[in-house]
Amino acid sequence: MTAHSMQRSAAPVSDLPALPGAWRTGLSMGRLEVVAFFRERQAVVFIFALPVVLLVLLGSIFGNQATAHGISVGQVFTAGMIAGGIGATSFQNLGLSIAAERERGSLKRLRGTPMPPAAYFIGKIILVFVCTVAEVLVLLAVGIAFYHLHLPTSAAKWWTLAWVYALGTIACSLLGIAISSLPRSATNATAVITLPFLVLQFISGVFVPYSDVPPWLQHIASLFPLKWMSQGLRSVFLPARAVALEPGHAWQHGQTAVVLLAWIAGGLVLCLRTFRWRSSRDG
Amino acid sequence: MDNSLAVSVRGLRKRYGSVTALDGIDLEIARGEVFALLGPNGAGKTTTVEILEGFRDRNDGAVAVLGEDPAKAGRRWRARIGIVLQLSGEAELTVAEMVSQFAGFYPAPRDPAQVIELVGLAGLAGRRAHQLSGGQRRRLDVALGIVGRPELLFLDEPTTGFDPEARRKFWDLIRRLAAEGTTILLTTHYMPEAEALADRVAVLAGGRLVAVGEPAALGGQALREAQVGWEAADGRKELRTRTPTSVVAELAAQFGGEIPGLTITRPSLEDVYLDLIGAQR
Repeated sequence: MTAHSMQRSAAPVSDLPALPGAWRTGLSMGRLEVVAFFRERQAVVFIFALPVVLLVLLGSIFGNQATAHGISVGQVFTAGMIAGGIGATSFQNLGLSIAAERERGSLKRLRGTPMPPAAYFIGKIILVFVCTVAEVLVLLAVGIAFYHLHLPTSAAKWWTLAWVYALGTIACSLLGIAISSLPRSATNATAVITLPFLVLQFISGVFVPYSDVPPWLQHIASLFPLKWMSQGLRSVFLPARAVALEPGHAWQHGQTAVVLLAWIAGGLVLCLRTFRWRSSRDG
Repeated sequence: MDNSLAVSVRGLRKRYGSVTALDGIDLEIARGEVFALLGPNGAGKTTTVEILEGFRDRNDGAVAVLGEDPAKAGRRWRARIGIVLQLSGEAELTVAEMVSQFAGFYPAPRDPAQVIELVGLAGLAGRRAHQLSGGQRRRLDVALGIVGRPELLFLDEPTTGFDPEARRKFWDLIRRLAAEGTTILLTTHYMPEAEALADRVAVLAGGRLVAVGEPAALGGQALREAQVGWEAADGRKELRTRTPTSVVAELAAQFGGEIPGLTITRPSLEDVYLDLIGAQR
């Protein structure tokens, strides 16, 4: 062992074995992220059961009412709840879990190794995609079983579902990573992260049909990704005539893509500038 | 750059706002050496170590760790050091999963199973990290710090909260790593630990190094004088001396044989340490 380490330290740099790459390391970290996530029962129940319970509750209370255009409120809620579920797993859960990792020192410990920083984020992205896909599938199943939701029948709608899901997930994940640096401790994180997300869910058409939200709150909601995600999903899952319920009487796909892309760009800059590997108590 | 040095520090200064945390530290640690950094809380131990680990920047001074400036060193350098950090919680991963994960960060890691055995967690490889006892978790911290086969290992107060047996086992582990040629920099509040492990110790007080030397010689002759005590006719007497043997010989002659209540004590590392940091206050 001694001889080995002596040789190694004396060897020129070019003879040293290569450092593991970011992708390979990131993929194996992603695998462990997923394994660890599904072992944490409380979080799993919270992430997956909460939107389902809310959907069933809201659906049971309001679901049989039909809107003026013959669209069932259950359909509206399912589309919104899928957007909310994507936000919960990406923005809220990612933000809370990174804040907790920072607080307990996991991030600092990783930073002290030769792990490529990108590998950490690749691992988180894998976790988010696995969780959001699972979340969407669960909510789709509930919507189809109980609330007359139908899978898209045209390629155009599948394409809309794909890009709204992808852009929405990326935007929310970046914002989750960015906001994780804001709370000074993991205990504060719940307030800093959960509260604004809860408010956004109310005003963005997740818990309350968007057409019932007062216009001044609609204006606020329009600034954030969640409103555009739920609108995009309504365009996928509701019949074409439901467009009459939209405040702009249009699905606004172009505007949706622009807003989500803008948040992705802004979120990326925010992450790169503000991400901290150490807790603020750690100076 | 002197290649026989693992750590070389010249005139290191660090300020936090208007507070001077480190006020001109000079320090050299040879390759293969076990070096203990002692000092009261707030003396600058953690700041010093974190600057050497590349976690913290500095205001002034030249620092080389394994020949590189930690403030600028990259992943290749990180692969050559090991940092043992204590966490306040762990993810839902097993010992084996965590050690393998960390092994994956390094170009030439040790075999994870061997590392787990080396730190004495062989029977617990399948246990979730958060289910381990405090001492076991500390061993896991060490496993994660050494799995990359570091040339230089940083240990910050490694045995705080250990029971005596766990501490002895831990010391054996550190000695084994040292015997394999790993340079070790440890901080500790526990003087017997420094005495048991360190080739040299340094005492940091008020942002300065007040003494550096072998544990048995720290503080120099003045602080190392033996104390001879005995019962005289008019009560207990004590005398500090550099030549206790001749004092005892004189007393023996005086008493014509046995000296009543004879004691000869030498200051422990702890006594010397307390003298040193006391002088700073």
